[in-house]
Amino acid sequence: MANEIIDGLIKALQLIFSGDPTVVEISVRSILISGSATILSVLWGLPVAMILGLKNFPGKFLIKGFFNTMLGIPTVALGLILYLLFSKAGPLGFLRLLYSPAAMIIGQAILITPIIVSFVASAIESVDPDIKDLAKTLGASETEASIAVLKESKNGVVLAVTASFNRALAELGIVLMVGGNIAGFTSVLTTTIALETNKGDIELSIALAIILLLIVFVLTISMNLVQRHRT
Amino acid sequence: MKTIMELDNISKVYGSITALDHINLNLQEGEVFSLLGPNGSGKTTLLKIMAGIEKPSSGEILFRGVEVYENNTNQMRLKSTMVFQKTALFNTNVYQNIAYGLRFRNLSKKETDNKVKEVLKTVRLEGYEKRQAKKLSGGEQQRVALARALAIDTDVLLLDEPTANIDPKNVSIIEDVLSWVNKEKKTTMVIATHNIFQAETLANRAALLLEGRIVKVGTPQDIFTQPSKLLADYARLENVFTGVAIITKEGTSMIDIGEGVQIEAALQKLGNVSVHVRPEDIILSAQPLVSSARNTFEGRITEISDLGSIVKLRVKAGKDFTVQVTKRSFNEMQPNLGSKVFLAFKASAVQVI
Repeated sequence: MANEIIDGLIKALQLIFSGDPTVVEISVRSILISGSATILSVLWGLPVAMILGLKNFPGKFLIKGFFNTMLGIPTVALGLILYLLFSKAGPLGFLRLLYSPAAMIIGQAILITPIIVSFVASAIESVDPDIKDLAKTLGASETEASIAVLKESKNGVVLAVTASFNRALAELGIVLMVGGNIAGFTSVLTTTIALETNKGDIELSIALAIILLLIVFVLTISMNLVQRHRT
Repeated sequence: MKTIMELDNISKVYGSITALDHINLNLQEGEVFSLLGPNGSGKTTLLKIMAGIEKPSSGEILFRGVEVYENNTNQMRLKSTMVFQKTALFNTNVYQNIAYGLRFRNLSKKETDNKVKEVLKTVRLEGYEKRQAKKLSGGEQQRVALARALAIDTDVLLLDEPTANIDPKNVSIIEDVLSWVNKEKKTTMVIATHNIFQAETLANRAALLLEGRIVKVGTPQDIFTQPSKLLADYARLENVFTGVAIITKEGTSMIDIGEGVQIEAALQKLGNVSVHVRPEDIILSAQPLVSSARNTFEGRITEISDLGSIVKLRVKAGKDFTVQVTKRSFNEMQPNLGSKVFLAFKASAVQVI
């Protein structure tokens, strides 16, 4: 067994360094799908987070509670719900999205939206409450003042975006259920690792796992370095 | 003099609390106006309304004769700026902090650079452009905030307790800068303060604000001649004592302020007087003091407030005294609540109000 692992590791490194087309293709697809999901969740999550962080209105705690609860949603459960929605007989079946990258992007975006909303809203709430008034008294309009507050919470925003991308990249349940791991079309790092290991192709799995970990580490460390440089 | 800003029956209500109650005030172009009043009297709310960052619940504001309403508040904001009591800074360097307001005034990069340099010179922080604003000392931070307000050259400058909670050296720099700005740039200023001496030094006119109402408007001297009950009310000021004075053989006054405490003052007063001792003029020591100071008392610490570079202590020595020491000397002494301490101040530090 030990030999098998070492053997697998060596072959995995060979796959990575030789630029094996399958490895490259799956890695690039993973980054593209999770990157798109992150952008999508920022587009719809950031305005919600800004409203929650900057305004007070009745029922605000309920909405915040909802997003906080959604932080812990099991990916398989969300995957199943989306599968039922997107399947032929489902209410969104007419979109013919099941087993497509689009369904995977939407699924991951829904999964990580609570991270964007909760983290960014807390970051905005922790900004000195005088900052908004300060921006206004220096001549900013209401919108410009809100942007100044968002800028002050940029560390929290960067953390939320990084954590969201990492969660999207590393999740398996949704991409497996609505993507289907179709080779050359919807197979991504996590689905390939899970299924190739079952099939006994340990080298490819190890190679992809190394890449998955590398992406997460490199991204997180570089974000930390950028933040440290700025402050 | 022309009226630059007119407040007509301004009220501000938060739920069941009336923060401002029918305020009427005319601000003359080029004057230094002081808003005097204790904490919670509505000074900050009034300044925020004058800055256009808070809406009054009722009443009218006229800026240069034009009524300010929802759609043109932005224009007033460009002409009137406020410096907050609790220094607010953007989490970036000094340059970016000062340049922030200039971006709304269409200045070129070169003009912005020059302006930042000019105002840093005014507040005596030359060469601080690249320093992280939040890493400066409390006094320096407040000077950056002042420089940022000066950079945008507004017609009206509103200052909320600009020298509270900072050390005496920075206080005198800020007071100098404010006098200079009013003299050279003719900027109209409103200074909210609970320090009547600051009002007297800097302002031409003052208003006494008590529980959201303006009780009196006049020269600072006019206001000090109010009945002492009112003064004591408003003052809730530190170290204000009222008592009966007699003149001593040495030609000083001895004032009996009650609780067995007598204060010697380097002035000749007889009868009822109110006096004030600045917290920073009182020397605090853990040992009995051997000094030339005419007033020495023994007491115990009842309250400690950490204000950053300085620490304020309340000492019960018959009467309650407020003492201000630097953080450094506080750390050297390491006093605790209940610690026995000795106070001393010169007869010349006692001022009549």
